[in-house]
Amino acid sequence: MSWWFLIFGKLSYGAFPFTYSIIATMAAGMVVLGFIATVGLITVMGKWTYLWTEWFTSVDHKKIGIMYVIIAMVMLLRAVIEANMMRLQQSMSYDSPGYLPPDHFSQLFTTHGTIMVFFMGMPFLIGIINFAMPLQIGARDVSFPVMNSVSLGMTFGGAALMMASLCLGKFSTGGWSGYPPYTEATFQPGVGPDYWIWALTLSGISTTMTGINFAVTIYKKRCPGMTLFRMPLFTWTALCTSILMIFAMPPLTVVTTMLALDRYLGMHFFTNAAGGDMMNFVNLFWLFGHPEVYILILPAFGVYSEVVANFSGKKLYGYKSLVLATMCIAVLSFTVWLHHFFTMGQSGMVNAFYGVSTMLIGIPTGVKIFDWILTMFQGRVRLQTPMLYAIAFIVLFTIGGTSGIILANPGIDYQVHNSLFLVAHFHNVLIPGTLFGMLAAYHYWFPKAFGFRLDERWGRLAVACWTVGFMMAFFPLYALGLLGMPRREVEYFNPAYQPWTIIAELGALVIMAGIGCLFIQIVVSIRRRAQNSVPVGDPWNGRTLEWSVRAPAPEYNFAVIPTVDSVDAWHARKERGEAYRVEPQYFDILLPKNSALGPVIGVGGAAAAFGLVWHIWWLVIVAMLVIIGAVIARGFVTDSERVIPAEEVRRQEVAWLGTVRRTPPVPRDKETAESNEGLAEVQAA
Amino acid sequence: MSLRLHVAPRTILTGALGICLTLALAGCSTHGSSFLAPHGMVASAQRRWLLETLGFMSIVVLPALVLAPYFAWRYRYGRKAAYSPNWGFSWPLEFVIWGVPFAIVGILSWYVFTPEVKFDPYHRLPVEGPVLHIDVVALNWKWLFIYPEQGIASVGAVALPVGRDVEFDLTSDRTMQSFLIPALGSQIYAMAGMVTKLNLEASTVGDFVGENTQFNGMGFQSDRFSALAMTPAEFAGWVAKVRSSSLKLDQTSYDVLYQDSTAAEAAETLGLKRGLDSAIYFSSVPQGFFRSVVGKYRQSAAREAPR
Repeated sequence: MSWWFLIFGKLSYGAFPFTYSIIATMAAGMVVLGFIATVGLITVMGKWTYLWTEWFTSVDHKKIGIMYVIIAMVMLLRAVIEANMMRLQQSMSYDSPGYLPPDHFSQLFTTHGTIMVFFMGMPFLIGIINFAMPLQIGARDVSFPVMNSVSLGMTFGGAALMMASLCLGKFSTGGWSGYPPYTEATFQPGVGPDYWIWALTLSGISTTMTGINFAVTIYKKRCPGMTLFRMPLFTWTALCTSILMIFAMPPLTVVTTMLALDRYLGMHFFTNAAGGDMMNFVNLFWLFGHPEVYILILPAFGVYSEVVANFSGKKLYGYKSLVLATMCIAVLSFTVWLHHFFTMGQSGMVNAFYGVSTMLIGIPTGVKIFDWILTMFQGRVRLQTPMLYAIAFIVLFTIGGTSGIILANPGIDYQVHNSLFLVAHFHNVLIPGTLFGMLAAYHYWFPKAFGFRLDERWGRLAVACWTVGFMMAFFPLYALGLLGMPRREVEYFNPAYQPWTIIAELGALVIMAGIGCLFIQIVVSIRRRAQNSVPVGDPWNGRTLEWSVRAPAPEYNFAVIPTVDSVDAWHARKERGEAYRVEPQYFDILLPKNSALGPVIGVGGAAAAFGLVWHIWWLVIVAMLVIIGAVIARGFVTDSERVIPAEEVRRQEVAWLGTVRRTPPVPRDKETAESNEGLAEVQAA
Repeated sequence: MSLRLHVAPRTILTGALGICLTLALAGCSTHGSSFLAPHGMVASAQRRWLLETLGFMSIVVLPALVLAPYFAWRYRYGRKAAYSPNWGFSWPLEFVIWGVPFAIVGILSWYVFTPEVKFDPYHRLPVEGPVLHIDVVALNWKWLFIYPEQGIASVGAVALPVGRDVEFDLTSDRTMQSFLIPALGSQIYAMAGMVTKLNLEASTVGDFVGENTQFNGMGFQSDRFSALAMTPAEFAGWVAKVRSSSLKLDQTSYDVLYQDSTAAEAAETLGLKRGLDSAIYFSSVPQGFFRSVVGKYRQSAAREAPR
């Protein structure tokens, strides 16, 4: 046992990317430079104390939500760059090696999928639900604010591990689904699959805790009068998503742990030899994996319900149908996982059963699409950025759903499984579905979080780039799949494929332009925040409770917890002329104090994971002791609440209501003008 | 909207879609790699099911694709159109929205249970004549084809007589792979210590693409082979040609195949000249070879293996 191994584990000079690849070195360089720039900027501006006390140790669901979304956007940038690299390679590699060696290309498709699912999609939707859901149900925070912060820390730790994998060692090449035996030590003895396993473990535990947190919050913290059937649709989808999280994450934790036991302790759960059975991995992974994709889509469905109703100036069509459809989707999502491996050799009858159950999920989904379309019927549709995303979603997602029904037929799936047709299908539902939903939510709730609207022109440009770019990048993949091209190919030998891969590459560039538009949008919006400020807090003439508080939302959310008696409670209050009233009495508000437990467990988790990857056992032990110690220490904290005195609450509320009274209300055709200060002109009922 | 589906619109839709798809992809020859240009009864059926599924789905999809942008335009803010801000439910519409998709899923379920199950990989195909057996061993990054009745083997190319049901028995000696000849029919996984089955039939003569669709390492893109469909006479000639090869499949040659390499690289190692035809032909195969590969990993599966 050499002293080097005791201290550094498997780390060696060869772990540095400059020893084997220029491109990898450039990527690592970007991570290192980005890290130095961020740390440097914060240091130069003297903001460490501010960040620690106001953000990192905050247990406020709004701030935690914002931090989740920031993580998602940074990881989105990385994963889109990786996608562009792969598209460029495939546009070049007809009977040619291209510019990416197979080793790098296969790491790219693995990290691209892993990041987009676990470190972009999940954090984005968890961040959005975190921000909006407690406000929508009239609560002050989630049920377990400190656990919320711990979840954020662990997700951040997993994302940090993914970024570390760019700088040290190589990532797995087994795809985001990591099938053995290819991910066993026999075929990948390096650290790659271990990076994958521990990043997923951190993310998975984080999400399990979040699911519990959200579900309990929705069950227990709804304001008086808000029965389940008076909740906004977004909260319903958040509830179903949470239930899915609680039930679906454990199989992932179990299966990655079993793979880790194979790799670390020489066990044989999934190996070729000694009784291992890779089919068990496939079953357990997809038992998680299918509900996972419904976790990714349901919050987006909820966002679209809010956005379409709001920007049609109308009640949502079919509220009860939508709730029923959401519940059906949530339940059915546990009955379909076998459709991910129709070709694994089980009998035709078994396949047929799961094919039918998969198609059944298409029914409630189709119902939702038509319900949103009918919400626009005889409404007054305003084509702001979130609504543009919604309309693009309705059109494009319908196509993606159709390709899903095609894949649900085992007979057809036997041809197109693992081809680019499959890749086109899931991007067709994830991009117009999940991503557009999250970008719409970002644009929609940004004013509530920060007190000013995002620039509308760059927002619309972003929608255009994403929509056109998506179609150019992925519709060719349908053709390629039908023409017989498998997924994950670094090079191909059929000349018929190249015209399509070239169009796809151009589409990837347009998507990159879309990312650029989003970046410019935030810069321009911050510059113009004074002109676009909406202090009154209701820039879109909203219908649900979050629009009844000022913008940025106060830390206590509601000065007085509201009582509701219908769906769309804020809309109802405005129609009755009861909005913006001074309460007869204000009370002291109890809020939880900040806690360092989240950042400590985040850093500790990342350190333990890094130690496990590189076999640095002392680091694993120390990190686990720190985590356990921090949890125990937290148990001794008795003074965990702070009081906002009633006088302070009254002062803030009266100041805001004074602003309201001085603000001229704007009709909807001035919604994106500077004159929109967040007060909506309400038509008499 | 009536729930009874007439035949005529469905056929029209299917035909229209077929034309559109063919036109869209006609510009590019598929080069024998796609079930859109099928050469076997299974692939033909799969192409038909694809077009028919698209046809049925357009009943729900086309209204959605048309109505969404249309309503957004017709009811846009500022245009003088009817405004019903509190209208949120209609029983007749609910029946249609839930009912029509239910009916379509019902029809598609019939497809799934009836014709599709008939062409399940494990089922013998409705073709006259004896079944030709081929045992397949998946390796990184090549496929070994053993003809047990002819006592020969090949790597990189598999010959199939047209008009006969060819039943493949598949296993792997390395990673999990997925065997696919798109022009002929379905794919099936090949896994170590297990035997899977696949029935295919070639209807016309030709040279078709065969591939692995389950990523298995740095040579994955080269993990392909030629599927040569030939007349029975040509097939007999091919068998004779393989029997005249100087190479035998034994432990030494198999050790070469077992290494991580493409078929072309293995051919070079075995001393064959690199030519257009990088296939490797073995004139003899040890008795029980396929079973022994399966038995390396699981004795119970080996006992049940056909040969």
